[in-house]
Amino acid sequence: MRYAYYPGCSLKSVAVEYDAALKAVCEKLGVTLDEIDDWACCGATPAHAVDRFLSVALPARNLATAQKAGNDVMVACAACYNRMKVANHEIATDGALRKEVNEALGTDYDGGVKVLHLIEVLVNGIGIDKLKERVTKRLDGLKVACYYGCLLLRPPKVMHFDDPENPTSMDRLIEVTGAVPISWEFKTECCGAAMGIARTDIVHKLCGRILSDAKNRGAEMIAVACPLCQSNLDLRQSDVEKDLSREFRLPVLYFVQVLGLALGIDAKSLGLDKLIVDPIPLLTQKGVI
Amino acid sequence: MARIGVFVCHCGENIAATVDVKKVAEEASKMPGVVHAEDYRFMCSDPGQRLIKKAIAEKKLTGVVVATCSPRMHETTFRRAVAEAGLNPYRCEIANLREQCSWVHADRTKATAKAIELTRLIVEKVKRNHDLFPIRVPVTRRALVVGGGIAGIQAALDIANAGHEVILVEKSPSIGGRMAQLSETFPTLDCSQCILTPRMVEVKSHPKIKLYAYSEIEEVSGFVGNFKVKIRQKARYVDAKKCTGCGLCQQKCPTKKVPSEFHELLGTRTAISIPFAQAVPNIPVIDRNSCLFFQKGRCKLCEKVCPAGAILYDQQDQIVEEQVGAVILATGFDVMGVEDFGEYGGGRYKDVITALQFERLLSSSGPTGGKVLRPSDGKEAESVVFLSCIGSRDRSKGVEYCSKICCMYVAKHAMLYKHKNHHGQAYVFYMDVRAAGKGYEEFIRRAVEEEGVVYLRGRVSRIYEQDGKLIVKGADSLSGTQVEIAADIVVLATAVKPKPGIAELAQKFHVSYDAHGFLNELHPKLRPVETASAGVYLAGACQAPKDIPDSVAQASAAASKVLALFSSAELEREPTISVVNEKDCVGCFACEAVCPFGAIERKEVRDKQGNLVKIVSHVNPGICQGCGACVVACRSQCIDVEGFRGEEVFAEIMAL
Repeated sequence: MRYAYYPGCSLKSVAVEYDAALKAVCEKLGVTLDEIDDWACCGATPAHAVDRFLSVALPARNLATAQKAGNDVMVACAACYNRMKVANHEIATDGALRKEVNEALGTDYDGGVKVLHLIEVLVNGIGIDKLKERVTKRLDGLKVACYYGCLLLRPPKVMHFDDPENPTSMDRLIEVTGAVPISWEFKTECCGAAMGIARTDIVHKLCGRILSDAKNRGAEMIAVACPLCQSNLDLRQSDVEKDLSREFRLPVLYFVQVLGLALGIDAKSLGLDKLIVDPIPLLTQKGVI
Repeated sequence: MARIGVFVCHCGENIAATVDVKKVAEEASKMPGVVHAEDYRFMCSDPGQRLIKKAIAEKKLTGVVVATCSPRMHETTFRRAVAEAGLNPYRCEIANLREQCSWVHADRTKATAKAIELTRLIVEKVKRNHDLFPIRVPVTRRALVVGGGIAGIQAALDIANAGHEVILVEKSPSIGGRMAQLSETFPTLDCSQCILTPRMVEVKSHPKIKLYAYSEIEEVSGFVGNFKVKIRQKARYVDAKKCTGCGLCQQKCPTKKVPSEFHELLGTRTAISIPFAQAVPNIPVIDRNSCLFFQKGRCKLCEKVCPAGAILYDQQDQIVEEQVGAVILATGFDVMGVEDFGEYGGGRYKDVITALQFERLLSSSGPTGGKVLRPSDGKEAESVVFLSCIGSRDRSKGVEYCSKICCMYVAKHAMLYKHKNHHGQAYVFYMDVRAAGKGYEEFIRRAVEEEGVVYLRGRVSRIYEQDGKLIVKGADSLSGTQVEIAADIVVLATAVKPKPGIAELAQKFHVSYDAHGFLNELHPKLRPVETASAGVYLAGACQAPKDIPDSVAQASAAASKVLALFSSAELEREPTISVVNEKDCVGCFACEAVCPFGAIERKEVRDKQGNLVKIVSHVNPGICQGCGACVVACRSQCIDVEGFRGEEVFAEIMAL
């Protein structure tokens, strides 16, 4: 199995542990990742907030490079995944824009490269049954709240990723490890995203709800698929605790870190030491490490 | 020799402002065959018509050309005038100088030249016209009504009370339709069943109505006045003649937990069951899918307890054929399910229900005996939130049209809930309230002002469950705030849509339908109950979302159309239909393949000794609508539409 890998900026900075964990897991599972040559930023939120052309042209540049290499693209950051799929959709449906973008890039890109999220690669590419066979350390009884956030799923007509209101693919992945994905209500609620810079209070409020519902329903850990969700829920957790006068102590792991543990990869290689809410006491208590 | 009269109309200023009408009349008088030409301010007026009649008598005209507005407007007027003067009406034709000339041109000189040309070509056509006579078709004075809801019931009773036989076909085991499921009705809050069931009984006991319940339309052939309909009577596994409706079978049936369709799956029924107490006919049906005997080959308890010996496990579907002259389609509506709305937890939370389900909760004959209890745990509901426009007026998630009835029933639901639970609170999220109808706006004001229902203008983004309550997150756009309400039950006023299978039914009757499946009326304003298929009429929500008063009114309107059709033993139709020249027809039947109405029949041509010479096409004059599709398809050019014969049309073209 071979994919063109687009890490995006986050996985080279605030989310290096996401990058490290997915590489360790992919290596273990025999998935080869070729980092896209000379990739650039996908444009993220700022581009599509100010300039529709750039918001499509930036990801299109990376996609056009990947198309030459000939493999499907694998993305892990939810925002990059979203921007790349939207760019593909826009290029495929808007002939004038496609022309404009290709003129600017000097390419002949048609919007046809398949963009897959890491979850899709694991669940559909490798398959739940195959993954089960590879589990060496079961996380039996660990209660995990799978948190999808907004960007993986919306807009549903473009993303085609799972049921947009009640997604289950990450839950099925976590189930492989023996852990128990809890049934909860905030799987797809917004964490406040980049509002964390301008209006920290709003992010605290939104994250507070997510953390509260997870805790109320017995979660011991939150699994995420987006670097921004991770940092909001993890980095700001102690502030939220102060706001709500309530203790959560909920480690926020990337789903692939949880999977990595079950595949027998060590905590260090999975970058667990990079997390703010330390997962080690919980994992030790559960006998995982 | 043809003697043609040309009459040029000013239409006030409508034509005369752009076209030099005097010049047109002058030029027309020079055309070969024209013996009379004049202009007048309003040809359609009485004095105008008198001019035509006078000229016919004095100049012994053999044809009349009226150069005036579109034939859609006044062709009938002028043909009638011509007939009164003793000329065959089909010898009168219109040259359209208004819609096709004066209204669409500005240059007077050019418009006048065009008007002269238009007149010239119609003159050439009229020279070749010949006498045509209306077609007479016998009428079977019996009506078929498809659908036994309130619309179908009303139409059937109206026709039967006028003395004609009615065949009423209902798909489900009992008539009554949606109205039988409703609790009380807006805007007067009278009990739905109390006003409906007497009508149902009347249908059952009416000597002129033949009821086929638990039956479906299998096949339709024929044409206006002469339809042949095959009806499939589905097997009830109960002998309707022997059954007394005592209900012992359903009392004893061991399979008791089958979700009841009548209760919108909120209550249960037995495998052999009568849908509701006042069902007509009061005869049970065995549901094969849940019956122990049909599934596992044991039980037969109903057969043992039936005192009348009416259980028939080996009963088969039966096909019966009926002949009718007119048809009323009244198949009613369905609503979108809650499953389509994942953001509201539809399908995941038992307490998120449709409005029809809430009707069953409110109904005293419902699964809770009229108490508003949560479907999840049977606890009394302390607060209920109603969401209107769910799927309606929503291009991204549902349909673009307004479902029309929701604003009113939501107000009714909120009100009835408050009547049953004085301490409970009812909230309504709405986009805007559409209450156009007699006493409707007053009803809404009553809900808001007297009954204390809280109306919030805004949409709900999401519903989730927390501590046993449904948290409804929405916006109140009037106060500009976000609101969260903890509800016990959330009622989604989901979009009204046609019944499944309506497309197949419509195709059987050659009735057109829109993108959503609602059946199309012939004209949205002036012919609201007729269809493009002669003799087939519409009533109720199969045409568009409709409330009870509108459905009943439309049903009576459809019935009156049927009664007009039945007013004589013969039907008179326009003779402008296709005719086949049997001498030239080679029997390829290309016409049969293209005819959208099924009007082409096969006819044997025999010589004097009775030997078969050939089989040719024959147009059934009762069915043909004169569309001309067959004319184009005919390889040997032996079909013509009367009034538009090839010879006539070519003469028009050559005159240009």
